[in-house]
Amino acid sequence: MGGISDQSAFKQDAPLLAVDTLSVSFRQEDGVSTPVRDVSLTLHQGETLALVGESGSGKSVTSLAIMGLLPRPAGFISSGKIRFQTRAKQTVDLARLSFDGMRQLRGREMAMIFQEPMTSLNPVLTIGEQIAETVRLHLGLSGRALQTHVKAQLDLVEIPDAARRMDDYPHQMSGGMRQRVMIALAMACQPSLLIADEPTTALDVTIQAQILLLIDRLRRETGMAVLFITHNLGVVAEIADRVTVMYAGQVVETAQTVPLFRKAAHPYTSALLSCLPARAKADASGLRRLVPITGQPGVFGKACAFAPRCPHAAALCEIHPPELELTDGGAVRCLRWRELA
Amino acid sequence: MTVLHAQMALFLKRLFRRRLVLLAALILSVLVISALLAHWVAPFDPSVMKLVRRLKPPSDVNWLGTDEFGRDILSRIIFGARASLGIGFLVVIFSMGIGTVLGLLAGYIKTLDAPIMRLADAMMALPDILLAIFLMAVLGPSAGNVVLALSIVYAPRVVRVVRASTLVVSALPFVEAARALGVSTFRILRVHILLNIASPILVQATFIFAYAVLAEAGLSFLGAGVPPEVPTWGTMIAAGQQYADDAFWVVLFPGLAIVMAALSLQLIGDGLRDMLDPKLRKAL
Repeated sequence: MGGISDQSAFKQDAPLLAVDTLSVSFRQEDGVSTPVRDVSLTLHQGETLALVGESGSGKSVTSLAIMGLLPRPAGFISSGKIRFQTRAKQTVDLARLSFDGMRQLRGREMAMIFQEPMTSLNPVLTIGEQIAETVRLHLGLSGRALQTHVKAQLDLVEIPDAARRMDDYPHQMSGGMRQRVMIALAMACQPSLLIADEPTTALDVTIQAQILLLIDRLRRETGMAVLFITHNLGVVAEIADRVTVMYAGQVVETAQTVPLFRKAAHPYTSALLSCLPARAKADASGLRRLVPITGQPGVFGKACAFAPRCPHAAALCEIHPPELELTDGGAVRCLRWRELA
Repeated sequence: MTVLHAQMALFLKRLFRRRLVLLAALILSVLVISALLAHWVAPFDPSVMKLVRRLKPPSDVNWLGTDEFGRDILSRIIFGARASLGIGFLVVIFSMGIGTVLGLLAGYIKTLDAPIMRLADAMMALPDILLAIFLMAVLGPSAGNVVLALSIVYAPRVVRVVRASTLVVSALPFVEAARALGVSTFRILRVHILLNIASPILVQATFIFAYAVLAEAGLSFLGAGVPPEVPTWGTMIAAGQQYADDAFWVVLFPGLAIVMAALSLQLIGDGLRDMLDPKLRKAL
């Protein structure tokens, strides 16, 4: 199962990030639930991987586990490895790293942008001070050098009149500007991994495009890897090199972006794609809805998690859980993917 | 800078709009200033006794009359303000200090929440003055011990307010964003949370100031507070109560001083709360 990482023929060198059969669990009053099960994904330097799935599919929890930000003490990594290559060319397992070890990496080597630009900045500090905080912490700059660095970061994310806006408070900026500041914050120490958790969801469409372009430009210029979490397939098509699709806490398909959009191997991915308005128009059958499901997540038993909604579900799907199988340049978790291809 | 000035101007404007708060602030500043400048403001030495002039009613010489030893009551109130307000102020500092630290820890670190809050609950289950008397009995009567006892009594209130505010703020995305940037827990608490919950803490501080002034007077009146030879508003009432039938001014004026101080602090606290709460701000 862990073999997919080696299969990605994208680049031959060791991946920057290799999540290997990761499971994340939460202790709850009535036992333990496991919203992320056996997730594997790889990310190479300079690459953008989109992590796609609907709400509750475990994509955000996966990213929090990578950052070591699972809500404690309830959330914990129950199995698996998160191999990360540090700048010193050492491979560390983020799943086992100490609290302080994690803190050293966060902000310096890996950074994160969040969904809500309106509330992701501290309202009582100027944006310059917030960026300076991180730079001071990780790069140890101070005085004039610090100010110059902060201004350079704001220039980098194309904030006009950066020298003056450093003294602005978040409430004086628009949503798009705040998201730029968030990106400047994340980029302040030139991380090699940027996790963007739905960074454009709260923004209007024109601003969305600008932010996507900005992230992509920064990726090209710095060579960082981007893990882009989204449920917007339009965004995926624009920005991602590869796509990992999650459903009910599992990876159901991994593929290069273009082949995936041409022909998805997993029925869930196909169903997602047929929900896209542009595609539905081109398709004679029109816009198709996913079959709604009742019941409660977390209880899956033996069946394929997608079986209750799958138009191709067979009797076997109800009794035999599918494993992740290697495909041409990717992987898929479906018993019938060969027949359906 | 200009933004800050504009905010300052707005703040003052709101302040002036509330006349009562302004009046309260005026009364409190008169009390505080006369306490600070007691040596120059007081017409007489507060401890000089003139037995021929004992228990004289208010007159043009002794504006608020004299006590059972012929000491000038106005002067004693002014010097008493030093002790009473000083003790109140120190109680605010210490209870805020203890309460803020424990409240932040309880609100931010889940494993510390239950132990700290149960302790706070247990202390708040006892009536304030009873707990204070018990602590004074253990510690022994002195001004420093009054500060210590009252700080312990009022710290749980601060813990509750700070914890509640911390819970709200620590769930906001910018706290998680700060964690994602590798900011240490200490700095998150100090900068990202404490700065954002400063206003409820400030409001609570004025209320505790008022409670502490009242409680100090109560303790001294009961003989469990400051030793009787130190002039505080509480000791003045305690000493004067047996003459109250014939010379009402002996207890009335120190009592009025307590009422004015406590009331103006309460009003200022109310005003601050209204001004600092964005939800109530519109109504002003």
